[in-house]
Amino acid sequence: MTFDDIQVGQALPELVIPITASAIVAGAIATNDFENVHHDKAAAQATGVPDIFMNILTTNGFVQRFVTDWAGQDARIAKIAIRLGAPNFVGDEMKMNGEVVALDAAARTADIKVSGRNGIGEHVTSTVTIGFAEGAR
Amino acid sequence: MTEQSDLLARARAYIGSEATKPVTARDPVNQPMIRRWAEAMGDTNPLWHDADARAAAGFNGAVSPPAMLEVWTMSPYRPGGGTSDEGMEVLKLFDEAGYFGVVATNIEQEYVRYLQEGDIIQSRAVVADVSDEKRTGLGIGHFVTIDYEFTDQKGELVGRMKFRVLKFKPPLKQAEAAPAAAEGKAKKFPHPRPAITHDNAFFWEGLKQRKLLIQSFNGRLVHPPVPACPETGSFEWTTVEASGKGVIHSFVVMHQPQLPCFEYPLPVVLVELAEGVRIVANMIDAKPEDVAVGKAVTLDFVEVEPDYILPAFRLA
Repeated sequence: MTFDDIQVGQALPELVIPITASAIVAGAIATNDFENVHHDKAAAQATGVPDIFMNILTTNGFVQRFVTDWAGQDARIAKIAIRLGAPNFVGDEMKMNGEVVALDAAARTADIKVSGRNGIGEHVTSTVTIGFAEGAR
Repeated sequence: MTEQSDLLARARAYIGSEATKPVTARDPVNQPMIRRWAEAMGDTNPLWHDADARAAAGFNGAVSPPAMLEVWTMSPYRPGGGTSDEGMEVLKLFDEAGYFGVVATNIEQEYVRYLQEGDIIQSRAVVADVSDEKRTGLGIGHFVTIDYEFTDQKGELVGRMKFRVLKFKPPLKQAEAAPAAAEGKAKKFPHPRPAITHDNAFFWEGLKQRKLLIQSFNGRLVHPPVPACPETGSFEWTTVEASGKGVIHSFVVMHQPQLPCFEYPLPVVLVELAEGVRIVANMIDAKPEDVAVGKAVTLDFVEVEPDYILPAFRLA
């Protein structure tokens, strides 16, 4: 895919992420986040929540992956802005959807709005700005 | 200066200064950590693991997924599962003032270039903003924004991050209605509950001990509870326990609408307490026709449910 293939309003294919304990722990460790609420159920419950929940850097990672799964390996991420909401707890699933919301023809960049919803509500809303590698134009 | 604006002024004094000491990545950007990250995210982009794909794209060696920017400078694991986070002074100020809650609300990352194998990343964090007090779904609090800059081994900027957290006062735990009993229509609906706030919690706690407490601002008694003295604006107050003697100042007899959990007709009185303040409560053991303005009443307590006690009055 290149910049010329993208139009405003274009939808990205939905991605469903099952929120298992394994997925949360794998993400936490891979992002070097050792806060115990992301791997120790008893420690999480001691803070008043029902179970361990996904850390922010994993959410950030899934947002990036969701966009590049669609945009391909020539896409170059320039910016990821995320706003966090309902936590991703074990046993839930996150449905990720996205849409192209703006194009900058001069800079050849596109803004993609991403939403990740779980059973509680909006886990993440994000705007991701992408360009493309020179050779791919 | 009030306590509140003093806290804000002290917090805002940190704006522009370092939020934490600079952090240098313990490991250079490397393929094993990238591979583990890509597996955890289910990210099959060949740039992250395929030498041919990244060579064709003009990269030398492993390429870090941009969302890994902060991963390189994260704190090490400590036994017990905590982190070695030294904490930010500006956030500790809010902890000390009772804003114990913390939740990250926004993160914006900008990538100047993709990181490559061998890059040694350093991060610097600066306090960028402290908001006015905001009322949020989690409680009242302040948003604190920290700006990060990430540089490489040459000192060149490779990325930026804006990190916003909410430091909030967790709301007081509200009593939950007792589960509806299986029998009896009176229990079909829970009894209405008060909204307990930081300002009136003392009143409801006092009732649990069968005490009717009145707020006293340097001797000036006030009821119902307020955050500050209506006359001087002072936040300093104590409580005095009501003697329980009073006189009916006014009253109504409720007939309609009939809510579950109450018996009708229901006399509701405005009692002028001997201490001088007035309070609204239900009459108990009194026929509506016996209730009249000017009659003496005495305080009693009704245990609606365990640990949920309301004041009430009976004819003296």
